[in-house]
Amino acid sequence: MIWNETKECMSRDEISNLQGKRLHALVSRVYHNVEFYRKKMQELGVEPGDIQTIEDIEKLPFTTYEDLRNAYPYGLLAVPKSEIVRVQASSGTTGKPKLLCYTRHDIDIWSECVARAMTMAGITKNDIIQVGYGYGLFTGGLGAHYGAENLGAVVIPMSTGNTKKLIDMMIDCEVTAIACTPSYLLHVAETLEQQGLVDKIKLKTAICGAEPWTDEMRKQIEKRLNIKAFDIYGLTEIMGPGVACDCECRKGLHIYEDHFFPEIIDPDTLKSRAHGELGELCITTLTKEGMPLLRYRTRDLTSLEYEKCGCGRTMARIQRFKGRSDDMLVIRGVNVFPSQVEHALLTVAGTTPNYFITVDRVNNNDTFDVAIEVEERFFSDEIKKLEKLRSDVEDAIHQVVGIKAKVKLVEPNALPHSEGKTKHVEDRRKLI
Amino acid sequence: MIIKQLSIFLENRPGTLNEALAILKGAGINISALSLADTSEFGLLRLIVDDPEKAKAAIRQAGYTSSVNEVVSMELKQEVGYLSGIIKKISEAGINVEYMYASSNSASGASMIIKTDDLEKTSKVVG
Repeated sequence: MIWNETKECMSRDEISNLQGKRLHALVSRVYHNVEFYRKKMQELGVEPGDIQTIEDIEKLPFTTYEDLRNAYPYGLLAVPKSEIVRVQASSGTTGKPKLLCYTRHDIDIWSECVARAMTMAGITKNDIIQVGYGYGLFTGGLGAHYGAENLGAVVIPMSTGNTKKLIDMMIDCEVTAIACTPSYLLHVAETLEQQGLVDKIKLKTAICGAEPWTDEMRKQIEKRLNIKAFDIYGLTEIMGPGVACDCECRKGLHIYEDHFFPEIIDPDTLKSRAHGELGELCITTLTKEGMPLLRYRTRDLTSLEYEKCGCGRTMARIQRFKGRSDDMLVIRGVNVFPSQVEHALLTVAGTTPNYFITVDRVNNNDTFDVAIEVEERFFSDEIKKLEKLRSDVEDAIHQVVGIKAKVKLVEPNALPHSEGKTKHVEDRRKLI
Repeated sequence: MIIKQLSIFLENRPGTLNEALAILKGAGINISALSLADTSEFGLLRLIVDDPEKAKAAIRQAGYTSSVNEVVSMELKQEVGYLSGIIKKISEAGINVEYMYASSNSASGASMIIKTDDLEKTSKVVG
């Protein structure tokens, strides 16, 4: 089944044509309504009239997450605030979040894209779907919810945090599909197994995202729950979940090119890379109204495949992610930058002590450990003061990052010190 | 009497106490009282030594985090209820005890090292 065959199966010429027209309209909008883009384009000597075809995109400036942070909260709005119907946010690299604003039309497009993704996964209006993403500023919950409603399925807005209730309702309500993070779904599988309830569920399909996962995790999910699991990709800056999703052919994630123009660039020179080559994924939001972005640098490293897919869709496919061009970690579905941890340490200790972040996956749950070296200036002969330091750091990290870390105090020189760019992170999950 | 105490931060793993004591030995430091407090992840070694600043310098050079701070030392008489009487006085003075540990020395028998939230007052009360 294809949700929107006219769009999802367009010929390459038709796609390029539509993208060119939409890009031209987009550039006119941002040039006239967003000072940030007008200035950037003027610096590059580009005017809206110079952008006629999709190939002209290379003349346009890039957008980075620093730009979004600096523009917080409304700096990149391209419409009057009265046109905005929703904001969502994702955590920033330091204290302030990145705020994204949606018009009613933006929400409609989002719901359309998620409906396309769910259809790709074989979910229809006859399904009963549990949304196990958090509802709130995080895009996962509301994004999946609106998409599933658009599809016409029965939506159960579970949100996160209560596995027992999720399982009870999964069985009682005869749930056939679930949207959540892959690691959470494995946790659900484990709980079902422990309680001997796997035979009691009617689940057929899972649509998982918000964190990187391996083929091995997918195999485990499918085998243990006897379901099909699909990979959905998205990022708050662009929209939320539903920017791309994989189909039954499993040859990469189809990106909805009529709304999101993907480019692969060299992260160092910023030059475009040829089709099929590995590089950093950049996305231009062709149809977005509220806060459109030109050539947003996702920092995700991948390549694009343009050949027509066995499923009939022509939309380009994002290949397996090969890592990041920055130091961002995704822990329990949340984006975490080492700089955020530094910021938290700074607020507690005055300056940043030497620290080391260890991320691992134990029983399918991400662990997030932060070791800090105890320096004389915050050392005390009283245990309660040291314990308070530890819990203050934990609270500060929770505040900045949004998830809890386990903080450990260690002796000076216990952590790696290195010349120049100190290594502060070890990710043992081997997801790539 | 208010005296100096050396505190050393130790990780909770085999060998750390031995290393710290070896450093003090190497620096010719004599230890007259010691307390090792532990949590699930780290330990705190508190010592009364003959030369706290010299000991701290040696410990610092070896890469450990330490501090020298003040505590109250009081001699204990070998009488039933003597300690109880002293603690009662501290308590009645509204002083909060953070930690305490005992030390023995051949001159006077035993003494108690005590850290409170008001050392001056504690010293007067027990003195």
